[in-house]
Amino acid sequence: MKFSIYRYNPEVDEKPYMKDYELDLKQTPAAMLLEALKLLKIQDETLSFRRSCGEGVCGSDGMNINGRNGLACITPLASLKEPVVIRPLPGMPVIRDLIVDLTNFYKQYEKVKPYLQNSQPPPAKERLQSPEERAKLDGLYECILCGCCSSSCPSYWWNPDKFVGPAAALQSARFLHDSRDDATQERLGQLDDAYSVFRCRSVMSCVDVCPKGLNPTKAIADIRDKMIKDET
Amino acid sequence: MVKTATNLGRSGLQDWLMQRVSALILIVYLGVLLGFFWMASPIDYAKWHAFCTFSAIQYASLLVLLALIAHAWIGIWTIMTDYIKSVPLRLFMQMIVFLSLLIDFFWGIRIIWGA
Repeated sequence: MKFSIYRYNPEVDEKPYMKDYELDLKQTPAAMLLEALKLLKIQDETLSFRRSCGEGVCGSDGMNINGRNGLACITPLASLKEPVVIRPLPGMPVIRDLIVDLTNFYKQYEKVKPYLQNSQPPPAKERLQSPEERAKLDGLYECILCGCCSSSCPSYWWNPDKFVGPAAALQSARFLHDSRDDATQERLGQLDDAYSVFRCRSVMSCVDVCPKGLNPTKAIADIRDKMIKDET
Repeated sequence: MVKTATNLGRSGLQDWLMQRVSALILIVYLGVLLGFFWMASPIDYAKWHAFCTFSAIQYASLLVLLALIAHAWIGIWTIMTDYIKSVPLRLFMQMIVFLSLLIDFFWGIRIIWGA
């Protein structure tokens, strides 16, 4: 199987380049792209990429595979056209090869205060939720912060410092929908500018690439609905 | 909260709503125009003149002019803040668009209530 992989080591290379690799899958069988990458790393140990759990839970190996963002560990090799072109996540600074700098991504995540805020004194045991209230978090809590969505979003490419991006917006919606969180007003107020969430143009690339099948576009629409209810 | 000085409304939601409401006004007006063309066809100058000097149409046209200006400003402002990264160039372009929309406004009023 043929691969064409983005290579860049800022300590050695003047600029990035694509390097071709070949893997004999009959000799060394692999099912998922991550396994193939690990085998390629045996061939060429300078090839760098992040990976951890290997089963689509940790979100470390987000990359651009044949022009589409995804997790290498849950992308079957059989689904890929040759040569498999692998690049780092678009719109993010490259540290080396397929490893990108996620600092800005996490900064946007931090901005939406992704934790439960409740001004009431905590009860003796725990803050209870009805099954219906809990159900509102489905489709929001599953995000693994792999960055595939934000790095496929044109609005995030143009304004990564101002538009929070699909991932952070989804996290914001997760706490706005939480019956135990009472900082709704502050959360909405913080997002009510021309950029933070309103820069979303409903391109839906985020929905297209999300390896967990989540829908950040809908989460952003929900935030907008809450603002309309709150402010009009 | 991201601060902006050159967008139209005071909040993101305000801009968003204004763009939707102005779009509705524009589409309804377009419907009225098409309806007139369809009902009054064949159209001659006398019919067109009578339609345009009808006061309800004149006020509707003014509303449409305002909606068009708001709609255009929000849209073009958004596109410019996406694609023009140089601040002096962006401010200059925003000024040109602002001035042309202002001229459109006064020119439009002259046309609506002109002879």
